[in-house]
Amino acid sequence: MLDIRLYMLQRLSALFMGPFVLIHIAVMIYAIQGGLSTGEILGRTQGSVTWFLFYAMFVIAVSVHSAIGLRVIVHEFLGLKGFALSTLTWTICVVLLFMGGRAVTAVTML
Amino acid sequence: MSDSVKLMDVAIWRGDATGGAYEHFEVPAQESQTILDVVSWIQQNQDANLTYRYACRVGMCGSCAMMVNGTPRWTCRTHVKKVLDGNKLTVAPLRNLPVIKDLATDMDPFFDKWVEAEGVHHPSKTRDDAIELIDPKSSARVEANTGIECINCSICYAACDTVAGNTDYLGPAALQRSWTLYNDARDADKQGILDAVSGTGGCHNCHSQGSCAVHCPNDLNPMKAIAGLKRATAMSFLKNGR
Repeated sequence: MLDIRLYMLQRLSALFMGPFVLIHIAVMIYAIQGGLSTGEILGRTQGSVTWFLFYAMFVIAVSVHSAIGLRVIVHEFLGLKGFALSTLTWTICVVLLFMGGRAVTAVTML
Repeated sequence: MSDSVKLMDVAIWRGDATGGAYEHFEVPAQESQTILDVVSWIQQNQDANLTYRYACRVGMCGSCAMMVNGTPRWTCRTHVKKVLDGNKLTVAPLRNLPVIKDLATDMDPFFDKWVEAEGVHHPSKTRDDAIELIDPKSSARVEANTGIECINCSICYAACDTVAGNTDYLGPAALQRSWTLYNDARDADKQGILDAVSGTGGCHNCHSQGSCAVHCPNDLNPMKAIAGLKRATAMSFLKNGR
């Protein structure tokens, strides 16, 4: 159910997510200190390749990590296995990638 | 029986693979009495059809493990006074294993997983070679020594919630055996061991809940062995891609 490949993917994605979460929260706290409006925040993020790359990698890491984690929970609690379990894992990953991708492009694309 | 003898209410699980239920027996309490004594008294005095398994009676063979008041225990070394709940005892077959009859479980899945985990010795020498000298102080040997007192009782397997939720999981005892062999200088197939514990039922499914270490009657720590396997397989994956 969880082989070395999936285990490493989940651990490595967690390795990336840790600093991403800290930077995300730190920037949020810093950015609102002066009372920034939504428009002013979007003015800084839209068109920024740096923020696009940052949040794109964040979304990829979250999608991979969550899909594998939910795969374990679904298998152990609901007994789903084999093709059905793999299909569910991939579906969760693709849905999160799509939703996260939409958010990232909306915030960083001009 | 004298009225002064205290009687315990002992619920024994009766049945087979198709199902069963608890049956209650009144058993006289004695000053020094193990759970295995209680089960044997019932079989010898109240119901000769009661089926259970034991052999050495001194905590060496690992045959007599059962669920006692919901906890996996070696019954030959568990004193009644230690686990008696008021005046009640509940004895059931080991969790996570198929029942053959009453308190006897089918241990095949447990031992099959030892083989699946490559828990077998892979010789590095022939009978014509000189005996390899082992340094008892080497770090690998010290690590291997931490797991060699396993008596294959399956208590850790019964205690493991991951085994309960994932029938493919190899379980704490088999993985601890793999870790012991991995650290044994005389074993010639260390990569084979890592490959065997890296599959879909391998060591990476362990959630480190630690029930195996809590319930092991010999105070071994299979969770630590599994953590060692996770480290070794991760290093192998980064170096060799497997």
